[in-house]
Amino acid sequence: MLHDRDRIFTNLYGEQPWNLEAARKRGDWDGTKDLILRGREALVQEIKDSGLRGRGGAGFPTGLKWSFMPKQSDGGPVYLVVNADESEPGTCKDREIIRNDPHKLIEGCVLASAAMGCTHCYIYIRGEFVREARILEAAIAEAYEAGLVGRDACGSGYDIEIHLHRGAGAYICGEETGLLESLEGKKGQPRLKPPFPAAVGLYGRPTTVNNVETIAVVPTILRRGAAWFAGLGRQNNTGTKIFCISGHVNQPCTVEEEMGIPLKTLIEKHAGGVRGGWDNLLAIIPGGSSVPLIPKSVCEAVRMDFDSLREAQSGLGTAGVIVMDRSTDIVRAIARLSKFYMHESCGQCTPCREGTGWLWRMVTRLAEGKAEIAEIDLVWDVTKQIEGHTICALGDAAAWPVQGLIRHFRDELERRIVARKSGGDRAAA
Amino acid sequence: MPKLVIDGEEIEVPAGYTVFQACELAGKEIPHFCYHPRLNIAGNCRMCLVEIEKSPKPVASCAMPAAEGMVVHTDSPLVHKARKGVLEFLLINHPLDCPICDQGGECDLQDLTLFYGPDHSRFEENKRAVADKYLGPLVATHMTRCIHCTRCIRFLTEVAGVPELGGCWRGEHLEITNYIERALHSELQGNIIDLCPVGALNSKPYQYRARIWELKKTESIDVMDAVGSNIRVDARGNEVMRILPRLHEEVNEEWISDKTRFAYDGLKYRRLDVPMVRRDGRLVEASWREAFRTLVDRMGELPGERMAFVLGDLVDAESMVLVRELAERLGCPHVDCRQDGAKIEGRLRAEYLFNTTIAGIEQADFCLLVGTNPRWEAPLVNARLRKRWRMGGFRVARIGAPFDLTYPVEDIGEGPETLKAVAEGEHEICEALAKAERPMLVLGPGAVARADGAAVLALAHRISERFGLLGEGWNGYNLLHTAAARVAGLDLGLLPGEGGRDLAGILKGVEAGEIELVWLLGADEIEVSRLAGAFVIYQGTHGDRAAPVADLVLPGAAYTEKNATWVNLEGRPQHGRLAVFPPGEAREDWKILRAASEALGRTVPLDNIFAVRARMAELAPQLARIDSVTPAEWGGFGRRGRLTEAPFVSPIADFYLTNPIARASKVMRQCSAEILRPVNEKATGTHG
Repeated sequence: MLHDRDRIFTNLYGEQPWNLEAARKRGDWDGTKDLILRGREALVQEIKDSGLRGRGGAGFPTGLKWSFMPKQSDGGPVYLVVNADESEPGTCKDREIIRNDPHKLIEGCVLASAAMGCTHCYIYIRGEFVREARILEAAIAEAYEAGLVGRDACGSGYDIEIHLHRGAGAYICGEETGLLESLEGKKGQPRLKPPFPAAVGLYGRPTTVNNVETIAVVPTILRRGAAWFAGLGRQNNTGTKIFCISGHVNQPCTVEEEMGIPLKTLIEKHAGGVRGGWDNLLAIIPGGSSVPLIPKSVCEAVRMDFDSLREAQSGLGTAGVIVMDRSTDIVRAIARLSKFYMHESCGQCTPCREGTGWLWRMVTRLAEGKAEIAEIDLVWDVTKQIEGHTICALGDAAAWPVQGLIRHFRDELERRIVARKSGGDRAAA
Repeated sequence: MPKLVIDGEEIEVPAGYTVFQACELAGKEIPHFCYHPRLNIAGNCRMCLVEIEKSPKPVASCAMPAAEGMVVHTDSPLVHKARKGVLEFLLINHPLDCPICDQGGECDLQDLTLFYGPDHSRFEENKRAVADKYLGPLVATHMTRCIHCTRCIRFLTEVAGVPELGGCWRGEHLEITNYIERALHSELQGNIIDLCPVGALNSKPYQYRARIWELKKTESIDVMDAVGSNIRVDARGNEVMRILPRLHEEVNEEWISDKTRFAYDGLKYRRLDVPMVRRDGRLVEASWREAFRTLVDRMGELPGERMAFVLGDLVDAESMVLVRELAERLGCPHVDCRQDGAKIEGRLRAEYLFNTTIAGIEQADFCLLVGTNPRWEAPLVNARLRKRWRMGGFRVARIGAPFDLTYPVEDIGEGPETLKAVAEGEHEICEALAKAERPMLVLGPGAVARADGAAVLALAHRISERFGLLGEGWNGYNLLHTAAARVAGLDLGLLPGEGGRDLAGILKGVEAGEIELVWLLGADEIEVSRLAGAFVIYQGTHGDRAAPVADLVLPGAAYTEKNATWVNLEGRPQHGRLAVFPPGEAREDWKILRAASEALGRTVPLDNIFAVRARMAELAPQLARIDSVTPAEWGGFGRRGRLTEAPFVSPIADFYLTNPIARASKVMRQCSAEILRPVNEKATGTHG
């Protein structure tokens, strides 16, 4: 359990105003100048030491990512891009940060920019976040007015411009290179890697793309020290994390907790437990719609961090915990996710363009039992043909939920097929 | 130079190579759809996946830079599985209409499925169907077959510079479209048909006409412009079914213009296939015997200085050898191969060649276009200029009429006075010209085919010497021709002899009654109405502009119907080959001239094509060096004189209708009407 004293997002629920005055009272923008003046290398090293891993889903070590940026300037600009295109189903953490604590993000932008030598920072915000965009815009304006951002930010002698860019609501624009394309005004189609954005990113210049939460925790880490952050959570999975618990729980919520908290504790302590009691639990998608679900048996003991969930053949992803009790039609639920990925596939590369639609159609039939038993293996095969063969991770994200379904609920799939064959439509459902 | 191991063999590849290129260098075939060496890398088909050790996932080889120490497997179970998977995905929504698909037999998807694909379908759902798009008179679409490789988009955007195709929607709804379903505006658009790896983009004129295995393929040379594009003529029986490009890195790479590709239907219409003699004011069919009798009647006793020869744009070099020999024997000095009236003196080869060479454009860093519209006059030269511009560090300035050349051009003036200012170092562009390391100047027909053409040439000569266009291994002075016949004509000296008249003089002579007989060899682009006073012999292929005023018509062979030599604007001689036979009584032109010389009692003793070519080599040794460019020596040319004020105007007003074959082509007429007509030129009801 996270003590209140270790909480980073102290206004996650909007009990206080989001504005600069209130943010300052919460400790934001305190000594930012001194932090900047510690120099690039010290800042990057501090983040490396803290063990912070990216909060956008992939969990790549942030300090390492920052260190890929060119150490020596060639005179041209380098960019920090903040990914606020939070579209992962089941996830609502960045939205809360922007709504209630935007200055954490803005201060993070300044510090991260200073750490990487960026003079321009772009925040790409999801188009549907209309109010959040307005708040963030206002908060940025406040920061400019207070001299915290812009020329000579915080009186450090360092220039940093922050631009807010509103997306148009495509899931794929949350993929880092798709986001860069979109930011450049092109169609949001992910780029081939290599080259990685750290070498060739926005407008062909070195760029780092970070999630909102990753950037927003940076000021606190720098202020309280890497050791404090590394002391929370488990090894390689340090610090705190915002979890978004939705679905069949008594009190759906977004909550900051320590990494590695047991999933069961998380749900029982913060979300009021599963609807109808823990035993009524069917399965949980622990990290946003892209990761495979885990059945109740696994949920009992699994810890909520990158490595534990990977061992459980799932992932922490964005930590959007979707809880499903026994009333859930699990196959239809996954079929709905398949439809989402079909709809959001950019259509650029073959396996994802063709595979996601095929997958959705087959899983939809499986939900009704309109299939042959052998087709379950076909579905599995198709997910394996998509996974790892695509330009970006959307292909993997489309494949994994279905793989989770087959891995843990094969009995249910077979039951529906058999029932339909023997008794018609009703028996299957 | 990274070293890597491919399927157990170590290989060193040049730096900057991709894994795909390294595999090709190692002799491994990597199946692919979207990759094309001349286009940007898209990496979207995922067919070229290979296994690289230490990489958890299979890697798209086309997009992965080859790095030191990589261990690549192109033949492992993982790779086979990946390829099979991709092909299965491509096929699930691809229609099984191979039996009626024009691509059948030359389809990448068919071929790769045979070698790498699954043997049956596991797809039980309904297939996707996509509405076809209208792309104009040249490209037919069957969009359901599209596999979204985006080669067509990339070609039009990058090579052609006319970004009219793109992708709409996303996911499985992604469609390749031109958004507004209006004819594409590129003069290179036909190439997307070749690029399309499946049958989604087909040739509209060729659609449903033939199967590839029925066609006899003949490698030949194009004559629609002076580029000398390498082509393959596909014929069935005695009919040309289609024309495709052949690879020639130094000339056309692997592209051809739409006129080259689609004008072949003009070979079927309006053909002169029987000799004709004018009787009682009408042309009536005759036998060759009668035709020659008429010829001898009119020509036999005529002194040489009272007759003239004018040569057209498509004439082959062999025929010109015969014209030269015949005119000499007839004592006729009035010979002109410049039917456009260009003021080229022709004494010095450097004067009339594209000295930089087409491939040489890629080395230039500055280009001054004078009185030329390369996009229409020589589309592939323009494509090279664009290619050079895309490499960066290339500035193009123009003196002449503004026209969208698909790359940025600075317009610095429209007429000779600007050229004069440049030559005298008084123009602001001179600074850039002087600074350039490899500057080039392109003089178009619009600059030399005018009364002050010789003076313009003199100015160009001055600029060349003044601004370092001539350096070690570099000649930046270029004349851009539009006619396939021109360079050979100049090389063979088909110009007015001593006391001879040029075309303008000949026409004046006819009007003054000093010239009684004019022999037009395929010359249609002249003011034929001014020939009324003379006996006109028209030897050529089409009943175009000159044949109707002729008194004697001798049917000749078109470029696909003879073995002959053409010399392109660089001075590169190339052999065209007979793909089909001339229609009816038509004969190869050099043979007609040979027979005529005998009938006239002045036999040219060249009895076969080898003898003709041997004589050609005597007259112009460089023409014997097939497919090589003999650099021309520099010297003086042009004649200082008065300049007029008229701006330079390109002689090509309609790209699609520049010669008798193109004008006879229905497809070219349709293109002219649909592609070149201003967009909103529609009857409004009050339009007058």
